[in-house]
Amino acid sequence: MKGFFDPSILEEVEMLRILGPEGTMEEELRPPELTDEKMQELYREMVFLRLADQRALNLQRQGRMGTYAPFMGQEAAQVGSAAALGEGDWMFPSFREGAAMYMRGVPMEAIFAYWMGNEAGQRFPDEVKVMPISIPVGTHPLHAVGFALAAKIKREPICTIAYFGDGATSKGDFHEAMNMAGVLKAPTIFFCQNNQYAISVPRTLQTASRSIAQKALAYGFGGIQVDGNDLAAVYAATKTARQRALSGQGATLIEAVTYRLGPHTTADDPTRYRTQEEVEAWLPLDPLVRVRKYLEKCCMWDQEMEESVYAFAQEKLNRVVQQAEAFPEPTPEEIFIYTLEKMPQRLELQMKDYLAFLKELEG
Amino acid sequence: MGKLNLVQAIQNALMTEMQLDPSVMVLGEDVGREGGVFRATEGLQEKFGPQRAMDTPLAESGIVGLALGLALNGMRPVAEIQFDGFMPPAWDQIISHISRIRTRSRGRFSAPLVIRIPYGGGIRAPEHHSEATEAVLVHTPGIKVVYPATPYDAKGLLISAIRDPDPVLFLEPKRIYRAIREEVPEDPYTVPIGEARLVREGKDLTMVAWGAMVREAEKAADLAAQEGIRVDLLDLRTLSPMDDQAFISSVRKTGRAVVVHEAPRTCGLGAEIAARIQEEAILQLQAPVVRITGFDTVVPLAKLEHHYIPSPERILRGIRQVLAF
Ligand SMILES: Cc1ncc(C[n+]2csc(CCOP(=O)(O)OP(=O)(O)O)c2C)c(N)n1
Repeated sequence: MKGFFDPSILEEVEMLRILGPEGTMEEELRPPELTDEKMQELYREMVFLRLADQRALNLQRQGRMGTYAPFMGQEAAQVGSAAALGEGDWMFPSFREGAAMYMRGVPMEAIFAYWMGNEAGQRFPDEVKVMPISIPVGTHPLHAVGFALAAKIKREPICTIAYFGDGATSKGDFHEAMNMAGVLKAPTIFFCQNNQYAISVPRTLQTASRSIAQKALAYGFGGIQVDGNDLAAVYAATKTARQRALSGQGATLIEAVTYRLGPHTTADDPTRYRTQEEVEAWLPLDPLVRVRKYLEKCCMWDQEMEESVYAFAQEKLNRVVQQAEAFPEPTPEEIFIYTLEKMPQRLELQMKDYLAFLKELEG
Repeated sequence: MGKLNLVQAIQNALMTEMQLDPSVMVLGEDVGREGGVFRATEGLQEKFGPQRAMDTPLAESGIVGLALGLALNGMRPVAEIQFDGFMPPAWDQIISHISRIRTRSRGRFSAPLVIRIPYGGGIRAPEHHSEATEAVLVHTPGIKVVYPATPYDAKGLLISAIRDPDPVLFLEPKRIYRAIREEVPEDPYTVPIGEARLVREGKDLTMVAWGAMVREAEKAADLAAQEGIRVDLLDLRTLSPMDDQAFISSVRKTGRAVVVHEAPRTCGLGAEIAARIQEEAILQLQAPVVRITGFDTVVPLAKLEHHYIPSPERILRGIRQVLAF
């Protein structure tokens, strides 16, 4: 029928891939700033982050950390996108973005302290342009749009980037954010890590769209699907989205197709909803492996460097754990003091009464 | 059938009702294949298929709005909101539509549905996984609000909720999901909505609690018993409609009352309960009603949450205070 849109027009979504699983680089698509030296530097970070993630899981098993949401398998998506940002840009993470946050300057010990249940870990240093993590799925992209809009009003040459998962794209707030970004031409990057699952629910039960990237079209801006395990493709897409944002062309939706190699969180048993074969099929696509293969091909890497990077990272992590565990124990006063700038009298009474109770318990 | 813990009792109630009534279905995030993050819907999808035990997209407003549509067309949906902290998006549908459809249609339509929500702190979880928000729910006319505290009550109250002609919010104390086991009959049975349970009898003061706080209140009553204090402890079980006659007649006997809740103090149900006591038992009251509650703050994370949640010692202090007046 005339005027009827058939979703099949979007059947053939082409995914951007620059660095293949065998470490071969499509040179003509490669961003010039992503030099071999830069690749080497980012690879070192990815190794550190992979080990940091594993260390967190170990700490949780030992009872030294609370529930933790690992990002193993998603390092390229997070490192590649964070590395493409400009100095003034602001990041709005959800809970699985330890790697991206670290790349933007959040100390790893703060991230660890947070997962240890110490809220002081969410007070990032003043120069770090990262918002506290948002646990309610899919709600914070709106804040990234508002922040970007303020930057536009103030003529600040920056953009914002909101990270979220495939599950988050089902939330009403996600659509409200996309819609507002379209209407307001907000300089925002919507960065979806499609890691195939929202806890146990597969991507196919989350949306009937062929891709997540195509959702951008309905809101009047551009979207791109990239191989999320490809450091170069993620970097290139984010760089382009950033340029578009800063040149007044508004928002971009990036869908990084990746896979969560670990459990949803340490409280989750993924064998209940996915097969070992499926996980194994993703292993050859490991984002670290292909960068290493590439670097080896250009004679920028060898076994000795690999070993020294691992050893260096483990040592750094020993210090991270020490520092995270040396975070001052939070005091009961901290429950109260951040509620409002000036504590209302009733709340002050509650605090004093509680502190008096603690004294009585001692005495 | 043997001893079940609270979450098993809930699973058993769902299984029982789905077997009896083909219009009963469950829906929510991870409730199907996974059987729920707490396993409350374990085995339902295997038995009844993905339509009656449905994994939905991640959208709380969507889940309860869909449940209303299902209920309007003859189904008996039991929706799950994964954690209390993700209720706010669902409130819009609950407050704007679910609670009003009977009034709005002048009785033509109703919303016989259940929304299950694991609530409260004490499991060392991340932010938004530890909230107690009963006051908001009870403040909304047109819904019933139920808080089981034991496995037996959980099954009986959930079956009542599913069969109820009106929308029921069913708040599950996740902290004690696996803490207590007790005999739970295999056959379906109901525990009436709107009736409090006398947990223990005493003459010195009345204590009112619900959900996870019933256990803490019992521990406090044990401590008090060592000092020779006898507590009349009531588990409200339903917060809306509330069995106020249970605590009013108790206060008429004891003259003193302590209310315990995990939620913030200001405009918490402790205030409502104290108001009802003074309305109907002022002449017997011998001391102001004491409230032992959470603070008027955000619920803290793992390292501090034990300060926030009322402990038996803090409740005991309240008991002494009400007696010393
Ligand atoms: C609004 C909301 N509902 C439910 C949850 C519980 N929950 C935490 S993570 C998650 C799945 C998120 O999936 P996705 O958005 O794909 O991100 P991923 O975990 O895969 O990184 C759910 C349901 C939540 N945190 N927020």
